Amino acid sequence: MKKTRIMAVAGAMALALGLTACGGSNTSGTGTGSSGGSGGGAAAGGANAAIGKIYNPSDAKGGTLRFGAAGDWDSVDPGDTYYGLSWNFLRNYARTLVVFKAAPGSEGTKLVPDMATSLGKASDNNQTWTYTLRDGLKYEDGTPITSKDVKYGIARSLDKDTFPNGPTYFNDFLKDVPEGYSVYKDKDLANLKSIETPDDKTIVFHLNKPFSSFDYFAQLASTAPVPQAKDTGTKYKEHVISSGPYKFTTYQSGKLLELDRNPNYDPATDPDSGRKALPDKLTVQIGINAADLDNRLMSGDLDVDIAGTGVQAAAQGKILASPDLKKNTDNPTSARSNYTQINTDVAPFDNIDCRKAVLLAYDKTGYQRAYGGSIGADIATSLMPTVVPGHQDMDTYGFKAKPQGDPEAAKAELTKCGKPDGFETTVAYRNERPKEKAVAESLQQSLAKAGIKVTLKGFPSGDYFKLYAGKPDYAKANGLGLLVMSWGADWPDGFGFLSQIVDSRVIRAAGNTNLGIKLPEVDKLIDQALGENDTSKRETIWGQVDKTVMDNAVVLPGVWPKALIYRPDYLTNVFVTDAYNFYDYAAMGTSKK
Amino acid sequence: MGLPTTVFAYLVKRLISAVVLLFIITAVVFAIFFLLPRLGGASADDLASRYVGKSAGAAQIHETAVRLGFTDPIWVQYGRFAKGLVAGSDYYTGAGYDHCPAPCLGYSFITQNPVLPDLLDRLPVTMSLAAGAAFLWLLGGISTGVVSALKRGSFIDRAAMTTALAGVSLPIFFTGLLSLSIFSYGLGWTAPGGSYTPFQENPLMWAYDLLLPWITLAFLYAAAYARLTRAGMLETMNEDYIRTARAKGLREHDVVVRHGLRAALTPIVTIFGLDLGLLLGGAILTETTFSLPGIGQYAVQAVANNDLPKVLGVTILGALFIVIANLVVDLLYAVVDPRVRTA
Amino acid sequence: MSQPSKPTTEASVAAQPDTSETGDRAGRRRRKSAATVNALDGIGGLGAPAPDSFLSVRDLRVHFPTDDGLVKSVDGLSFDLSRGKTLGIVGESGSGKSVTSMAIMGLHKPGTVQMTGSIRLDGQELVGSSPEAVRLLRGKKMAMIFQDPLSAMHPFYTVGHQIVEAYRMHNDVSTSVAKKHAVEMLDRVGIPQASSRVDDYPHQFSGGMRQRAMIAMALSCSPDLLIADEPTTALDVTVQAQILDLVRDLQSEFNSAVIIITHDLGVVAELSDDIMVMYAGRAVEYAAAEEVFERPKHPYTWGLLSSMPRLDRARIDRLRPIPGAPPSLINVPSGCPFHPRCAYADRTGGLSQSQRPPLEEKAPGHYAACHLTPEQRTAIWETDIKPTL
Ligand SMILES: Nc1ncnc2c1ncn2[C@@H]1O[C@H](COP(=O)(O)OP(=O)(O)OP(=O)(O)O)[C@@H](O)[C@H]1O
Ligand code: SF4
Ligand SMILES: [Mg+2]
Repeated sequence: MKKTRIMAVAGAMALALGLTACGGSNTSGTGTGSSGGSGGGAAAGGANAAIGKIYNPSDAKGGTLRFGAAGDWDSVDPGDTYYGLSWNFLRNYARTLVVFKAAPGSEGTKLVPDMATSLGKASDNNQTWTYTLRDGLKYEDGTPITSKDVKYGIARSLDKDTFPNGPTYFNDFLKDVPEGYSVYKDKDLANLKSIETPDDKTIVFHLNKPFSSFDYFAQLASTAPVPQAKDTGTKYKEHVISSGPYKFTTYQSGKLLELDRNPNYDPATDPDSGRKALPDKLTVQIGINAADLDNRLMSGDLDVDIAGTGVQAAAQGKILASPDLKKNTDNPTSARSNYTQINTDVAPFDNIDCRKAVLLAYDKTGYQRAYGGSIGADIATSLMPTVVPGHQDMDTYGFKAKPQGDPEAAKAELTKCGKPDGFETTVAYRNERPKEKAVAESLQQSLAKAGIKVTLKGFPSGDYFKLYAGKPDYAKANGLGLLVMSWGADWPDGFGFLSQIVDSRVIRAAGNTNLGIKLPEVDKLIDQALGENDTSKRETIWGQVDKTVMDNAVVLPGVWPKALIYRPDYLTNVFVTDAYNFYDYAAMGTSKK
Repeated sequence: MGLPTTVFAYLVKRLISAVVLLFIITAVVFAIFFLLPRLGGASADDLASRYVGKSAGAAQIHETAVRLGFTDPIWVQYGRFAKGLVAGSDYYTGAGYDHCPAPCLGYSFITQNPVLPDLLDRLPVTMSLAAGAAFLWLLGGISTGVVSALKRGSFIDRAAMTTALAGVSLPIFFTGLLSLSIFSYGLGWTAPGGSYTPFQENPLMWAYDLLLPWITLAFLYAAAYARLTRAGMLETMNEDYIRTARAKGLREHDVVVRHGLRAALTPIVTIFGLDLGLLLGGAILTETTFSLPGIGQYAVQAVANNDLPKVLGVTILGALFIVIANLVVDLLYAVVDPRVRTA
Repeated sequence: MSQPSKPTTEASVAAQPDTSETGDRAGRRRRKSAATVNALDGIGGLGAPAPDSFLSVRDLRVHFPTDDGLVKSVDGLSFDLSRGKTLGIVGESGSGKSVTSMAIMGLHKPGTVQMTGSIRLDGQELVGSSPEAVRLLRGKKMAMIFQDPLSAMHPFYTVGHQIVEAYRMHNDVSTSVAKKHAVEMLDRVGIPQASSRVDDYPHQFSGGMRQRAMIAMALSCSPDLLIADEPTTALDVTVQAQILDLVRDLQSEFNSAVIIITHDLGVVAELSDDIMVMYAGRAVEYAAAEEVFERPKHPYTWGLLSSMPRLDRARIDRLRPIPGAPPSLINVPSGCPFHPRCAYADRTGGLSQSQRPPLEEKAPGHYAACHLTPEQRTAIWETDIKPTL
């Protein structure tokens, strides 16, 4: 009896938390997106005070900035990491050729030279890119950094056998990388001809195809310099030789990382990146219980949740119920889209009017509810998230007017496509993702109102792309007309976000992430963008790609997810950068001593 | 009566069988993690696909499969592992070869770190947690159990047993997080989650940091031990020799403690040994809840990342502790029960 | 001890020749006296304690409230015992023998038992006195030997330790002195190589040795009252005899008062001065040992004697004297509690069924609780019972 009583109390507590979570969401308003670009503006405080502006601007140095990580971390080796948190954080100990500017909002998506003196200089129809290093660059031990070190860093990262985690852009785009190339097997760098270092300051990349956005590759972590003599292969991560403002003092795998100031870092060599290097010390504690991490943030025992993915449900309930806590939060949108692909291979979706019917009919708020309501996501009106440069606001099908769906308009479209009584189709989702299942259920309900009968079909996550949704033959044969999907960009750029999901030419026999967009117009626009060297023109083209996708009604845009991030009020110089969609770790400081 | 030699012979015998048992366990564990997925239809490349970056192509996956040895027959893979245990093995780091001395539990598929040093590094945390908690739960559990048994049916008994029921049934992540938010974040009496100071660095901080995890973990076990002790005491206090002790005119306190408790504790010794052994293999929930960098947390990370060598290493270490605990319990039993010793 | 003691009552029973039917063992019995019994006073009651009685029990009632009802395990019991004398208590299983002895020892758990009446030990009233006061008497002034010596000794402590513990409880001596004493006691009770066996654990002793050790433990503080509750039941015949000899020898040496509880009439015959036969929590016959053996007055005692093992039988069985089961102690039969099983219940004109027979002095110093008239009794004894024995 006693036991049930205790359980009842616990249950009531949980219920109360849940209720406040729902109630609170009304007050939160819609996410701001965070573009605005008025970078540098100061904020007094309050909710979203670090979005598009700087919370607590300060140049005061000192203190220890304490990060906490709940999940694991692929690697701190710049040549072997693909985690956003890692790319954001490693700017503290590794400098790359170019870098996203440490600045609030969309200003943060701007590439600026870091070790290089300027952004890349293209030649040979964007197939050759040249960078020149600044003077006075040094490692933590005082030895100078040369272009050969940058080449070596990239070269070693090509060995995916030793460094499996990082991205493969250089493997894919560099010209003539020998099969199975490894710096450890072939120690003579001269044999890697696609990267040239004519002198200690210059580095030249030769690509196998034109690529106007190469500066995005030049900001990849693997362009951080690595001294060949000090490379210890897989063990290099235990002590990455610093080129940035901080250097490793403690590295305990899966437990702890501590960094102190690097005395050989000269801010004079770093005029553009916006790095502030305010704290004297950085610590990262790894393996913290996620729920406890939130509590520690709120009690001031920890400063930053390094993952930047937002607080857990329990803390969210607590925060939304308390204005005192809520004013210390930000709710930024991420460069991700949780959408549903319409499979044009499956009848009647070969007919645009039938596709439009689905677009009109589905319940946009239902989709949003599946991802945590207005705190968890904004309703998307197109595929490309607001934070990706080039995003243009559009509302092709009037979502804002009828957020719950418009069955009447949908029926009109159905009549046009010759299915006045509706049709039947199947929606695919990943079993291990309850939110995707909730989406599928919401689609089933709302489409039924327009007479479209939807069958649910879940698949194992691990094989979703390899064997099912991403395998066109299978999807077609099994009539998977609607494919629930989620996609995030490696960096906020039209190419980074769109190319792998809309370019018909990337579609293979299996393992696809483009689940069925085959529009010649889109392909043409992509080629145009890749050849365009003017950034703003290029961004406009990406916006057109997005619009074309919407005009052709090939996706249900779903939502752009958001995170509720807690920001202890004693932190200084805090802002969300659109480069990573959470706080910028190269600029942040603390007033706690 | 030649006790030392018999004890020695017994020990040797037990140790040999323990080693054999451990090898059987490694084989079984190895089979579970490496063979079962293959039997389930996964190809070597499928296994390897977990250990490559997200943009890896088929060729790279296959290379990884070869590198991790998945393409070899399972007994060759196990042989390699067993050889590492006995003779050590060498691991390629890119920049050269790293020697992993025996007993080598292998290298992580993901971080490429050797597993054993990680485990040894984390062991003091788990040991500190287990030792402190064990002390508290023995103290709390047994005294509660004794009082409950003596005051059977009284208010104290019922209150204690209700608390014990709560202790046994409430999950640690609930009690742990609740106590953290009350005592650490609310009142500021105890250390926040994730705190750990090695004993040799500062014993006081060590105790301060671990206090809340100790109490939380001890609460769970104390509950069980209180119930066990109570049941044991109720039984032994009805024994004839208790009546004899009273008939001798002994003080009630001596009757209860020296005669009643002494006998009631014997089965508890066994359970305690096994509990402790199990706990040393990783107090998974407590370590996760309090973010303590012990074996249990390592196990959780390993499973979450599907890092087979780590999972294997943790399992074997856990098995080792249980085997040792069994051995110690058997020996201890002989110490506490003369009937076993001199039979 | 070879000196026959004086009769303790004016109505003493003359010593009988050793040719009685109780045979050899009875013959070895020292027929020292008649019962230590005094004047009778109503049901189960005796008068004022005899001046020389060391232990005096009056109208003792020990009741246990249980879920099924009130268990009247002992319900009005009175007897006296002097130093140097032995009282044998016999009766079927469940008749309240152990409950009586535990009551004297103060071993019933307070709160679970209702105890009334009077137990005076050496002039000190035990019923109602503080548990601590009674505890201090235990082991020193009164000691007890239990039925099963294996379960009665703690398995985890050496025999020596357990004796030392008892001795040191009441004597302010060092462990080594106490240990020396323990070795002495073990030697005294006939444990060979006592100085080394003292460190053995109970399970390393044989049954007989264990009982000897129990006796050594009980006698270690030279108690004035020794209660032996079925001390030989678990032992084989030869060992039984040795143990009984031991008890007797030690008794005379220490001049203790002894209560010996048993199912076995042979044992009481050998040891006792007085015998009390219990049935359903009461005394049904109480007299000097010779009286009970030669002129028993109660049908229940007749039954006991009839079922007594013959001399030519080696084995001594537990008594199953009379057909039928012992009565419930919650709902004790009306009238004479024995009447459902008594062969003569119909000879008392309904009295047996309706009225409880008081414990009366049927002959000098010989008490019995039965409605039969003296004539009926003599007739039945002489014609029906005695010849069959
Ligand atoms: N604590 C108790 N609570 C309830 N009933 C009890 C308790 N102790 C003894 N009794 C009952 O009192 C009665 C007398 O028990 P006692 O042990 O005195 O019998 P006994 O004459 O010694 O028999 P035995 O020859 O079998 O030893 C039995 O019916 C027993 O069940
Ligand atoms: S009173 Fe009656 S029943 Fe009782 S013993 Fe005597 S004859 Fe038998
Ligand atoms: Mg008895």
